[in-house]
This record gives sequence, C-alpha cells and structure tokens, in this order.
Amino acid sequence: MSAVVTDHEHDHEHHDHKPSGIKRWFYTTNHKDIGTMYLVFALIMFFIGGTMAMVIRAELFQPGMQFVEPNFFNQMTTVHGLIMVFGAVMPAFTGLANWMIPMMIGAPDMALPRMNNWSFWILPFAFLILLISLFLPGGGPNFGWTFYAPLSTKYSGDSTALFVFSVHIMGISSIMGAINVIVTIFNLRAPGMTWMKMPLFVWTWLITAFLLIMVMPVLAGAVTMVLTDKYFGTSFFDAAGGGDPVLFQHIFWFFGHPEVYIMILPAFGIVSSIVPTFARKPLFGYASMVYATSSIALLSFLVWAHHMFTTGMPVFAELFFMYCTMLIAVPTGVKVFNWVATMWRGAMTFEVPMMFALAFIVLFTIGGFSGLMLAITPADFQYHDTYFVVAHFHYVLVTGAVFSIIAAAYYWLPKWTGHMYDEKLGQWHFWCSLISVNLLFFPMHFVGLAGMPRRIPDYALQFADFNAFISIGGFLFGASQLIFVWVLVKCARGGEKATAQVWEGAEGLEWEVPSPAPYHTFETPPVIK
Amino acid sequence: MNKTYEKYYVPAQSPWPIVGAVALFLIAFGAGNFVNEVTKQQPGFGGYVLAAGFAVLIFMLFGWFKNVIDESMSGLYSAQMDRSFRQGMSWFILSEVMFFMAFFGALFYGRVIALDWLSGGSNNAMTFELLWPEFEAMWPLLKTPGGIETQAMPASGLPLINTAILVTSSITLHFAHVGLEQSKRGQLKLMLLVTILLGLTFLSLQVYEYMHAYHDLGLTLASGFYGNTFFLLTGFHGMHVTLGAIILLFVFFRVLKGHFTPDNHFAFQAGAWYWHFVDVVWLCLYVFVYVL
Repeated sequence: MSAVVTDHEHDHEHHDHKPSGIKRWFYTTNHKDIGTMYLVFALIMFFIGGTMAMVIRAELFQPGMQFVEPNFFNQMTTVHGLIMVFGAVMPAFTGLANWMIPMMIGAPDMALPRMNNWSFWILPFAFLILLISLFLPGGGPNFGWTFYAPLSTKYSGDSTALFVFSVHIMGISSIMGAINVIVTIFNLRAPGMTWMKMPLFVWTWLITAFLLIMVMPVLAGAVTMVLTDKYFGTSFFDAAGGGDPVLFQHIFWFFGHPEVYIMILPAFGIVSSIVPTFARKPLFGYASMVYATSSIALLSFLVWAHHMFTTGMPVFAELFFMYCTMLIAVPTGVKVFNWVATMWRGAMTFEVPMMFALAFIVLFTIGGFSGLMLAITPADFQYHDTYFVVAHFHYVLVTGAVFSIIAAAYYWLPKWTGHMYDEKLGQWHFWCSLISVNLLFFPMHFVGLAGMPRRIPDYALQFADFNAFISIGGFLFGASQLIFVWVLVKCARGGEKATAQVWEGAEGLEWEVPSPAPYHTFETPPVIK
Repeated sequence: MNKTYEKYYVPAQSPWPIVGAVALFLIAFGAGNFVNEVTKQQPGFGGYVLAAGFAVLIFMLFGWFKNVIDESMSGLYSAQMDRSFRQGMSWFILSEVMFFMAFFGALFYGRVIALDWLSGGSNNAMTFELLWPEFEAMWPLLKTPGGIETQAMPASGLPLINTAILVTSSITLHFAHVGLEQSKRGQLKLMLLVTILLGLTFLSLQVYEYMHAYHDLGLTLASGFYGNTFFLLTGFHGMHVTLGAIILLFVFFRVLKGHFTPDNHFAFQAGAWYWHFVDVVWLCLYVFVYVL
C-alpha cells in the first residue's frame, strides 16, 4: 500500500489555508468541508420534512377535515417520506462518512475529491426540484414515498415527471457518494490498517456503500418505468398491456428493502463506536459484528416481498420471504447482544452521546420486534397498511437512524468544532426527545392494531383520543429538536476547549489528531499499531 | 515499512463539480417539464432548459477532463491514484449492471409470472375469468389482454448481424489494447478506429431495425409488455453503446496525441471495460429478448 501526501507544486503556498468566502464551499474538494455541507443540508431537510410532519399531525389532531385538503395531505405524507429518507437520513450518514472515514483510516482525503463535491451539490438541486413540484397546478407528488403504480402512473399529476427526474439525480448523487466511500476504504487505508482493524463505522459504511451501488440503479429503473408508463404508453404496470402493477412493488422493494438497511447499518457503526468509549471497554465481539453486518446486508436482498404479503403472492413465496425476514433477527440479535455485553461491568458514564446510543439500543430493539411481528405473514394481513406499520418504521428510523445521527453529532462535535457542546442543554435535548418521541410513536402501535389505516387524513371517532395524544407528542418532539439547533450553534460559536482525545475512553485515529481537526489530516500516513 | 510512499494527489479547489450539479439540475428540471409539454403538445420552456443542461454538462465534461488529463500528463498521479480510478470505474460498471437488471427482472417477471397469472395460472383462475377470458399467454406477447396486436422481431437476420458486429468490435478493441501494451501504435490506432466504426455501424443498423419495427411490424413502445421490454432494453443498451463510442472516440484522439503508455492508460482501460460491459449486456439481451 502506498500513501498519502496532499500537496503538490502549485498550491504549496496555500497549504493548510482554508480558502475563504462562498467559493470555498462551491469549489471545495476537502472531505471535511463536504462533510459539513452534507450535515447542514441534512439538518435543513430534517426541519423541512419535519414541518410537513407537523402539518400531518395538525390535521390528524382531531377527526374530520380541519386544515388541509386531502390531496395536500397526501402530498405532505409523500414529500415528508421522500425528504426524510433521501434528504435527511441518507445525506446525514454520508456527511458523517465524509468527515470521519478518512480520519479513521488515516487517509489524506476521500479517494475522488472532486466527484465528492459533485455528489453533494446535486442534492440541493434535486430537492429544489421536488419542492418546486409542490407549487405546480395539481400539486406535487401525492402517491406516497413508495409511489406505487397505478397511483403514480394512471392517477398522478403533471408533477410526476419532475419527481422522476429529481429521484434520478438523487440516485446519481448517492451512487457517486457510495463509489467514493468504497474506493477510499479499499485503496486509501494507512499502512497497517488491515481489514479487521478498521473501526466498525468504516466497516458498516463499506457495506452500506455496496448496498447503495447495488440498489440505487434499480430505483432508477423503477422510476424510469413509471415515467414511460405514464407518459409514453408502455404498460409495465398495466395488466391490459400484459404487465402487472405488482411488478412495480417487486422492483421498488428490491430497492426498498436494502434501502432500509442503508439507513440503519451506519447507525450500527456509530453505536458500536460510542458504547465502548463510554463503557471504557473494547467492543465485545468485534469480528462477530463484522460478520453480522455482512449477513444482514446479504439477507436484505432476499426479503423484499415481506412488504407485499397482501398482494396475493403464492403461498410458497409468502413462506420463503417470511422465514428469510425472520432470519435477519439473528445477526441483529448478535449486535444487540454485543452492545449489551460491551457495557457489562464497564465503567460507564452517561454523557449525551451515550444517552442517545442507549436509547437507540432500547428503542431500535422495540422497532425490531414490531418488525418481527410484521414478518409473520398471517399476522401481517391484519397489520398491513395500518398505523402499526407507521409505528414500526418510525421506531427504526427516528429512534433508530435519527437518534444515532444525533448521538454521532454530539460524539464528534468537539472534534469538528474544537469546543465541547453544552452538556446540560444536550441532556435537556435528550430527555425532551426521548419522552416526546415515545408519546408520538408508541400509541401508533395501538391505533394500528385496532385498525386505523395509514395515509388517510380523517379517521373513525374511536381513534380520536389516541390521535390527539400522538399529535401532542409530535409537536413536542418537533420543538425538542430546536434545542438541538441551539446546542449546535452554541458549540460552533465557542465553548470549553476540547482536547484531542475529547472522551476519556475514546480510541482510534480520529482522536489522535487535534480538536478541531486540522483542514488536512494525515498528509503523511500515520503508524498503525 | 521500508517501502517508499508516493504522493496521493488531492486536487485543489475545482469549479467543475458545481457546474456539473447545475447541469444536472437543468437537465432534470428541463426534462420534467419537457416530457409534459411533448406528451400534451403544449409549447413551453422545458426543451430549452433541457438543451441548456446538456450544453452545460458537455462544457463541464470538457473542463473537468481537461484538468484531469493535464494532471495525469504532468505526472501528478501515483499508482495508488490509478487504482482509485480503476476501482471507481469497476464499481460504476456494477451500478450499470444493476440498472439493466431492473429491466431484465421486469422482463422475466412479465414472461414467467404476470402473463401466466393473467391467463389463470397459480391462484388466479378468477382474474382470468373476470378480466380477459379470451386472453392467451404467449411469448412474444403478440396480442395483449387489452387487444393490441403486434408482430415479433425475429432473432435471425439483422439482430444476428448486429450481434456479430458487436462481438467483433469487442475483439478488435482487445487487439487495440494488445497493441497499446506492446507499443505497436499502428495496430492500436487501426484496431481502435475499427472498433468505433463497428460501434457506429451497430447503432445505424439499430435505428434501421427500429424503423422496421415501427413501420412494418407494428411493434412500438406502446404495443404491450413485449414492445415495452424490447424497446427499453435495446434502447438503453443503444444509449450505452453511443456513450461507449463517444468515450472511445476521445480515447482515439488522445492516442493520436500520444497520451498513453503501456503501463499508464487508465482512460483507455476504462473505455475498454465499458465497451466490453456493453457487449456482454447485448449478449444477454440477444438471448433473452430476441432468441428465447
């Protein structure tokens, strides 16, 4: 393996100078700048998507139609989903990957720095298109973030083409980002950084990047077929032409299921970094974590049709997908066991990152268990398309993915800014989020089991009390995130100086460079013990 | 650690990525409007925005590649950098494979499952009975359940010739590569040029085949699942051949300028990989779309 110096003749004199002004951000090739842009973008999209969630919860606060038209309600559920998945969670993880992976493996930057900047700058434009489409006559996409045919083909509005092309360029961005991550990890590890010495965040991102390269093109294929079905007379998803609307669901979920692991594997990596630090013990079962992550990724290609149990598939297919889905509980259980075993007899402290990581372990496991319930084919016939499903995937995505991202932000903020965040405010943020998020999502299990359908702006009277409760939880959770912004701004502006190691129990290359991390790190490769 | 380490070149700031992002924005936004305008035959700005997007994209590609080529020619790239490029290209090709997999998957599902079910297979006796009791499953699907009729594209004749052309072009490209590695520049230039010409011949014959399909066979994009998979698979393949030919054309110009050496020719290698990949896609396509 060879290495790693960043300078060359003509920019010797700007060496380690940050270029100034707006050009720095437009033209940058620096993984830390790009990581910051991804994270800020994700935060902005989190609040835009969150505002849409507030609209949804306001409408559902009481039965009957209050604030919005049904068509607008559908646009809100659709665009909320699209923004949170593609605009908030995925870019946040990519931002963390950009910031941390080169520092964790001792690389000078990402392998393809210019393409890295291209991947980022596509995203704001893609979401601009999506948001513009909301203002078209007839409104934006209103068919759910899963855009099932024929809702997205026969019954959709003129904005569908904009939706399709914005998803295309989001996909291009994700694929380029993933190629960059994978090549960086394969090719830019410092000498001595062998595969089984890599931090788990790097491992989980490597596997995530592989999944992205495998499935984002399939999403591109799906939206392309929607486009041609809607505008150019093809009948992929129309039985009259020999196609099948269920075919859409197969293609979409072949993308969609690995996609949900794309949004949780990096979270596993984050929690596997944080728990050992605050338990002051090495991670229990490192190798088994690597194997578990790989098995989850491989199995993720064999379970897509568990989203489609009620489409009338043959019994054999239902059973196959049920058992494969349940099998995923095994490697996931290994992970949860390892995190708990890492804490066993550890010298634990409970700073904010650890609190969010602990909440992640408990609440993600709840989401995992409701996933197992949904995996049982006959039971799923009852749960399908109810609020139980909404409860399930918000437990894994909000208290799972989003909590891990917040934990990561608190964990690495001192490394990024050079300042400690305000611990007291952070604890406030944690407890407010923890309580409100459970008020918000836990009762959804009950209304779902009782039969309340998802994606409908009105509901039967017996669900009124629970929904009022859920909406209050939602508003509180939304408001709690303002504390997070306050903490972030405060930490960026100043605060107690952070040491290089920051956390007493922290180990790894990123904790050996000063805080804040210099603009260029590891221009000469570090020595790995 | 007694090896000597080379430099890993991290480029300084570059305007091209954001220019590229603007290009993709114009393309996506323009196309999103253009598609509506064309299908409703309304006038609008979509087409202009789309065209502007492609213009900006081409401008960006020229600028970006010029920078990369200059850096490469002035010796800034190490062997490690070359590996980054090669690995990046390989993963990109994997993503392209998966793009085609979506359409092949649709083809297999349609042939094996959807048509069977429409004619009453599996647990769908009533679907058949109630929707289209006259429907007969067959492949190629010459009559859709809705009653659109078409003729099938035969596998012999033009498609077979095209297969031969594309396979030959992969072989000639291989000999061009051999010529490059053995510093036989005459062989390199000749074989590369022949490859590009074979590619263009393939494309012209493909256009002719499309005209034949539309005018003589009544096989169109709108003639049901057979026409859909036929045109989308061959169409996307054709777009990839076009892109591959453009890449090889630029590689050819660089060969004329004497840019490549036997051990430093990533651009040639990437173009060749892409071309071979497109060729393999065609072979799958020929088997599953034309023959079977």
